[in-house]
Amino acid sequence: MTDIEAIKLSNAQIAWRAAQDIEDGAYVNLGIGFPEMVAKYQPQGRQAIFHTENGVLDFGESPAKGREDWDLINAGKKAITLRPGASFFHHADSFAMVRGGHLDVAILGAYQVAQNGDLANWSTGKGGVPAVGGAMDLVHGAKRVAVLTDHCTKKGEPKLLAECSLPLTGVGCVTRVYTSLAVVDIEGGNFVLREKIPNISFDELQAVTGAVLTTDGPVADLIVPEL
Amino acid sequence: MDKSIASVAEAVADIPDGATVMIGGFGGSGSPIELIHALIDHGAKHLTVINNNAGNGHVGLAALIEQGQVDKLICSFPRSADPVVFTEAYLAGKIELELVPQGTLAERIRAGGAGIPAFFTPTSFGTDLAIGKPVAEFEGRSYVQERWLKADYALIKAQQADAHGNLTYRMAARNFNPIMAMAATTTIAQVSELVPLGSIDPEHVITPGIFVNRVVTVANPQQEEILNRAEAVYP
Repeated sequence: MTDIEAIKLSNAQIAWRAAQDIEDGAYVNLGIGFPEMVAKYQPQGRQAIFHTENGVLDFGESPAKGREDWDLINAGKKAITLRPGASFFHHADSFAMVRGGHLDVAILGAYQVAQNGDLANWSTGKGGVPAVGGAMDLVHGAKRVAVLTDHCTKKGEPKLLAECSLPLTGVGCVTRVYTSLAVVDIEGGNFVLREKIPNISFDELQAVTGAVLTTDGPVADLIVPEL
Repeated sequence: MDKSIASVAEAVADIPDGATVMIGGFGGSGSPIELIHALIDHGAKHLTVINNNAGNGHVGLAALIEQGQVDKLICSFPRSADPVVFTEAYLAGKIELELVPQGTLAERIRAGGAGIPAFFTPTSFGTDLAIGKPVAEFEGRSYVQERWLKADYALIKAQQADAHGNLTYRMAARNFNPIMAMAATTTIAQVSELVPLGSIDPEHVITPGIFVNRVVTVANPQQEEILNRAEAVYP
C-alpha cells in the first residue's frame, strides 16, 4: 500500500500547478490563504491581473515590513503594493466585476467538492460565529472556478464526494479541482481525471476519492518541481 | 451652501437610540474611527449597524459593540485578527447577526441608494443563506431575490471634501464608503482635508455632494491596524 502522506504534493506544489493554467493577462481572484500562493508561481513571461474584492485591480506583492500603508490592503487585510496600471473602485463595482462574469478565473479553497460542482468552503456547520465574506459571490460569475485542496482531510477522509455534507457555498459552480494527488475536471456531473501524480495507481486514487473518477482519454502524469 | 461641521461630536449629536447606522470601511481601511468614537461618547443605544466586518480589537466598531450600543449587526465577515468583542457578545446572545454575502451586501446598499427595492442575484442560491428568500429563473439559471438596505445615518471616511460635500477617497479605503453615502438619509463624512470649492477637479469627484449631508475634518485620522498594534482601548 502506498503511503499517500509521503508522496502527496505540498500546498506550494498544488498552487504551482494551478498557476500553469492561468493565461497572460487573465483577470484572476485568489481566495484568502492558500490560494494566494498561486501568484508566486506564474510562469515566466505571463502576468495575470489580480482582483481583490475590497476594490483593487492589478496589485502586486506585499511591501517590505515597515512600509505598509493600511489603506492599501487585500481581502485578507494584508498590506499589498500596486503594479503600474492598477485601479481602485468601490465595493459594488468590485462585485459587479465578479457577478457580471468579468473575471476569467476565481481560485478558492474547499472543505468539500461534489461531483456536480457543488462547493462547501464557508462553514463547518458546528456553530460559533458564522462568516461568509465574498466566497458565495466569487463562485458565481468567474468564467472558471477552480479549487485548490488536499485530496483528503487531515483525518484521511475524502474531500471529493458524491454530495457535500457541509453547508454549501454554491451549487454546481466548480469547474476544476487541483488536489495534492490529482487534477480533476467537473463535467456533466462527473469527476473527470486529467492528471495524477505518477506514483499512485488509479485504484489507489479512487480509494481515497468519495465519488467515481471517470476518464475520457489518457490521464497525464502530474509532475511539479520541488518547491 | 456649506456642509462643514466644526467637530465630530456635533456631527453625530442627533443620532437617536434605535437608529440604523451604516459604517464604512473594510477592516481598518476606510473606517471612520473618529466618528465611531464620537458616537460612543454620544451614547446612542439599540443601534442596528451595517458594516462589512464586526470590529477588531477594542477600538472603532469593536468598541461601539463593547459599550453595548449595538443590538444588531448586518455584515459579511464578523471575524478579524482580534474578534473577541463581537464573538463574546454574539455567543452570549447580546447581539443579533444578519450574515450577508459580501457582494450581496454591497449591492443591497447600492440598491438602497438607487431606489431599487429588490433585485435578483445568483449569489447564495441553494445555500443556507437563501432560505426563505424568493427564487426565480432567468434564461435557465436560478437567482435569489434580495432587498435593498437603507439607513438613517452613514458614517463614512474620505480623503478630500469641499463645502458641497464632493468627496475623493484614498486608495482601497474607498470600499463601502461611496455606496453607503448614497443609501443613508443623513450621510456624515469625516475627511482628512476640507478644500475650497473648485479645488477638486470635477473629473476626480468620486462621491458627488448630493449624497453627503455633513462634512467634518479629521486632519490625521487614526488607523485601526496601528491602534491595535498599540493595544489601544476606547474609551
